[in-house]
Amino acid sequence: MTASVLYIGICNMSAIIVVDDLVKSFKEIKAVDHISFSVNKGEIFGFLGPNGAGKSTTIKMLTTLLVPDRGKILMNGFDPLTEPDKVRQTFGIVFQDPSIDEELTAWENMELHGVLYHIPKKVRRRRIEQLLKIVELWDRRNDPAKRFSSGMKRRLEISRGLLHHPAILFLDEPTLGLDPQTRNLIWGHIKQLNQTERVTVFFTTHYMEEAERVAGRIAIIDHGRIIALGAPGELKAATNASSLEDAFINFTGRNIRAEEVSNLDQLRRRVRLFRR
Amino acid sequence: MKTIYILWIRQLKRYYRSKPRIIGSLGQPVLFLVALGFGFGPIYQKAGGGDYIQFLAPGIICMSILFTSVFSGIEIIWDRQFGFLKETLVAPVSRFHIMIGRTLGGASVATLQGVIVFSISLLAGFKPYLIALPLALFIMVLIAVIFTALGTAIASLMEDMHGFQLIMNFLIMPLFFLSGALFPLDGLPRAIEIASRANPLSYGVDGLRFALINVCHFSLAFDLTFMLLAALIFLGLGSYLFSRIQI
Repeated sequence: MTASVLYIGICNMSAIIVVDDLVKSFKEIKAVDHISFSVNKGEIFGFLGPNGAGKSTTIKMLTTLLVPDRGKILMNGFDPLTEPDKVRQTFGIVFQDPSIDEELTAWENMELHGVLYHIPKKVRRRRIEQLLKIVELWDRRNDPAKRFSSGMKRRLEISRGLLHHPAILFLDEPTLGLDPQTRNLIWGHIKQLNQTERVTVFFTTHYMEEAERVAGRIAIIDHGRIIALGAPGELKAATNASSLEDAFINFTGRNIRAEEVSNLDQLRRRVRLFRR
Repeated sequence: MKTIYILWIRQLKRYYRSKPRIIGSLGQPVLFLVALGFGFGPIYQKAGGGDYIQFLAPGIICMSILFTSVFSGIEIIWDRQFGFLKETLVAPVSRFHIMIGRTLGGASVATLQGVIVFSISLLAGFKPYLIALPLALFIMVLIAVIFTALGTAIASLMEDMHGFQLIMNFLIMPLFFLSGALFPLDGLPRAIEIASRANPLSYGVDGLRFALINVCHFSLAFDLTFMLLAALIFLGLGSYLFSRIQI
């Protein structure tokens, strides 16, 4: 069955991310346990799951930061194991934690990124201006990033992630810790960029109502396995739930924001801490 | 090449913008220069050693380069904690270039710091020969590269700043004290002599002393050879360990 997923992924020209039978263990804990899925070109794809479910581990494997134990990944046709630099050129990423240099200005952060991604100077300048204007940071381009609010920093990171015209944009909890107004603004930008840049968006989030509103399709991952995949409407219909939040509880047996973590989760987290 | 350049310039910008850091890191060498220089000066003179400031100044310049360069290397840990490291590691550039860019940046900052301390030492009464100034600068750069690479290697192995005290007390301080920066390396107990001979900074101090005051314990050729080798080894080690960093 897994082989057929890959086959479909390769034959289906609209798939931009193909994941087949992916496995990653830390010590005896299986962080990612035989998952397979594919993401279509131009789609906004939500990747949801409780803490320690394997979301970040999956993203790290897709983005060349971690080597899978087994399984196959194709990113825009490239294999992260054999052609890491081609894969890196193909995606932009906004990490869960900030990753800008706060001592540098917004412009300098963009410029550095542009050089690292080999964008010619002229194109770089034009593109930086265009993107900073879209995320409404153009007027503040010469301010050091440390003077920005968390929402502004996040906007800067999103625009930076798009600088090199990636085919895929990864957003790991892009709205975590932001106030509702800023969250709306950020999603507005993401949707707009998804349209204008025709970039495929792959995101994770804790906010169910946001996922429901923006995602074309959603995969729910728990204990390293994908337990549901489909459009928000389909997931709700499958569990007779009125909201995605309820559907999620029906699938996983718990709330996504459950503060009490199980012993296994704690162990996972400890293992992960140890790994870092 | 552009990768190396942009990461090099980043280090310089960060250095230039953190004025408190510049001033703060000058405090210690100035204190050492003044307190030790004027404090031990009379005894050193009585013992027939001549002007202690002349002897001490190159050592203090080396000290400030040592400290600044190791810390520049260790800055990777900050970048890891503040997340910027990830941005460079997912970029389509080789880790070797990233490491070289950072190391050259850190080494430039440390050399600059050494030049500032050199200028201050002139105010404290240091009278060097100026003929071999280019040689002195070259030796300062070598010291800076060696220890920035060492800092990078250490930082690649560390998760956070918790091990910092350990490194300070068991690596940097011994490197400094056993380098002959403060006292001549003649007639030392066997153990200390062996330790100081294995210490790359000893050759930096010796070479710099030769260039600035024409006094030499080993020989310039030997100093330079040893340091070039150390630079190559530490750069190799640093880039190997850096290439293995996992986020």
